[in-house]
Amino acid sequence: MWELIRINKRKSLFVLILMFILMVSLSGAIGAGFYTVDWVTGMLWGALIGILLWAIQSAVAYFAGDDIVLHFNMAVVVTPESYPQLYNIVEEMKIAAGLAVMPEIYIVQSAGLNAFATGIRPEKTAICVTSGLVENLTRDELQGVIAHEMSHILNRDVLFMTFAGVMLGTITMLSNVMLRGTVVANSNNRRSRKKGGFSGGHPIVILVILLFAIVAPILARIFYFTISKKREYLADASAARLTRYPIGLASALQKIAKHSSVDFVSKITAPMFIVNPRFAGGDEDSIFAASTHPPIYKRIAILTQLQNGGKVSLENYQKLYEKELETSGLFSKTSLESDKSEAVRAESAEKITEFTESRKEVADVILANTGFKILTCECGLKIKLPPTDLRMKVVCPRCRKELSVSGESAAMTRNGENELVFIRKNKNSWESFRCQCGNFTFQLSPLFRGTYAVCKRCGTKVKIEYPE
Amino acid sequence: MTFVLIFLVVVVVCALALFGMYNKLVGLRNIVKNSWSQIDVQLKRRFDLIPNLVETAKGYMKHESETFIKVTEARAQAMSAINKGDVKEIGAAAANLDSALAKMMLTFENYPELKANQNFLALQEELTSTENKVAFARQAYNDAVMGYNNAVEMFPTNIIASMFSFKQSDFFEIEDKAEKQAPKVTF
Repeated sequence: MWELIRINKRKSLFVLILMFILMVSLSGAIGAGFYTVDWVTGMLWGALIGILLWAIQSAVAYFAGDDIVLHFNMAVVVTPESYPQLYNIVEEMKIAAGLAVMPEIYIVQSAGLNAFATGIRPEKTAICVTSGLVENLTRDELQGVIAHEMSHILNRDVLFMTFAGVMLGTITMLSNVMLRGTVVANSNNRRSRKKGGFSGGHPIVILVILLFAIVAPILARIFYFTISKKREYLADASAARLTRYPIGLASALQKIAKHSSVDFVSKITAPMFIVNPRFAGGDEDSIFAASTHPPIYKRIAILTQLQNGGKVSLENYQKLYEKELETSGLFSKTSLESDKSEAVRAESAEKITEFTESRKEVADVILANTGFKILTCECGLKIKLPPTDLRMKVVCPRCRKELSVSGESAAMTRNGENELVFIRKNKNSWESFRCQCGNFTFQLSPLFRGTYAVCKRCGTKVKIEYPE
Repeated sequence: MTFVLIFLVVVVVCALALFGMYNKLVGLRNIVKNSWSQIDVQLKRRFDLIPNLVETAKGYMKHESETFIKVTEARAQAMSAINKGDVKEIGAAAANLDSALAKMMLTFENYPELKANQNFLALQEELTSTENKVAFARQAYNDAVMGYNNAVEMFPTNIIASMFSFKQSDFFEIEDKAEKQAPKVTF
């Protein structure tokens, strides 16, 4: 099976090479346009500078782009103790994929359902899921999603998409330089005709180069999205093959499709998500080639039919893919010979209700670890307060009962003389805490060195202590 | 002089190709070995889990001693098969253990008190996961065997394979009864 993915990489590689040629010829054309003395030399220099630009950016992305997960707010590492089920599922998929290194697992606080994989180097990879995903999916569905992400890691899609993305960026940049350069050069020319710049060539040549500069980024974008979409289908195919349970992924996709929007996405990370978080719920077909992900209903249709066929293999996926999209296949014919077909496995015995309950509990524990406060109202509603919420009292949105937030939120303790004490954690930065009356927030600046602070509403005196 | 040179180049290229093929075969064989050890690890983990689960369940299920005996027997049988190391025998024993465990899991459904026990739920998740891991390790092993066997059989690597006696590996097949009742779902 993995032999085959290597072969497939060549197909995407072909598009990547096309993109590279596009980039080099664009920079060459610009060079030829700018350097008027000898256009051949100009072209060579242009091409060289273009390649150099791309290489530098790629190197930066390769060494620095590894840790995007860590930049997300409140991403929590999952260990076998903190969340056995999720950890087990990832380990299962790691075994199925025959990966040497276990990826790190993160949960990000977000009600949206989504997941993504990261890691440019195979030794250091990570899978990140949202807390919403863990709470709402069954074991089989979660397994499907994890398998999809594991396939991205296995196919080294992150590396691939990073290089392709950098190339797209370089082409866009070059085209901008070109278009602006022409404007600047032309305005210069009016002042002194002999300054050179973008004037030496024949007007028609300049026009052709300009046209090329306009078309190139559009073309590059189409190439980029072609690769991106194809790799999504590929990851689906290998996920089905890994789990031998395509319907798990299909029903997960169905659930995710409705709530895929998450608030921590950038253009660069979007292709790595299982469902594009930037076009959540929209009619995906309408955005021509502008979407990084294939239409979700097609993905679901292929997976469902694969399940009902009873035999999971990449060849069967290919047949359904060809039927559904009316294009040529994902995999080359010869490469399919080395793949083994496997029977669909049975549904796992998990009782959904029980586990969703215990899952929610685990999610709460994780929330509490990140500084959330969890209050349970008498009516049974759980209220989760983010660490930035410093209120002492909250009103239950369901039964309108007033609840007091437990003592810790005040960040104050009483000492032996029955004085309220606030101990500064870091005296060199801003700190704030709520007064007990709930109507006033103390704001301590990095310069504040007083012994007492007084509430402006109720007059409570709070002693401020500084750790050594 | 030129002929000697051409001859030398041809010899070097051939030698490099042969080295490459030999290394490829060794690499594939090592993947097979690694995948096998992964199955081994998971099977043994399952053996460790079963007594724990049985102990926890026994307190709640007084009248199911027969089920427990069957599971314990199947476990002992599978353990001795693993110690012998014969792939086919292990397959048969593992299938036997699978069906005994599946029956035990079914009887659990009749004991709501047991299903409320947190310790039991954790053990059950561990066992489910370990069973999955066995299945996935088997799958990965079979994939590896497929790749290796193809290389042993196909031209040109088969020449090297017969020269250095690379033998085909056995697939790890178990009859999975549950697979046949895989549900059909439509949306």
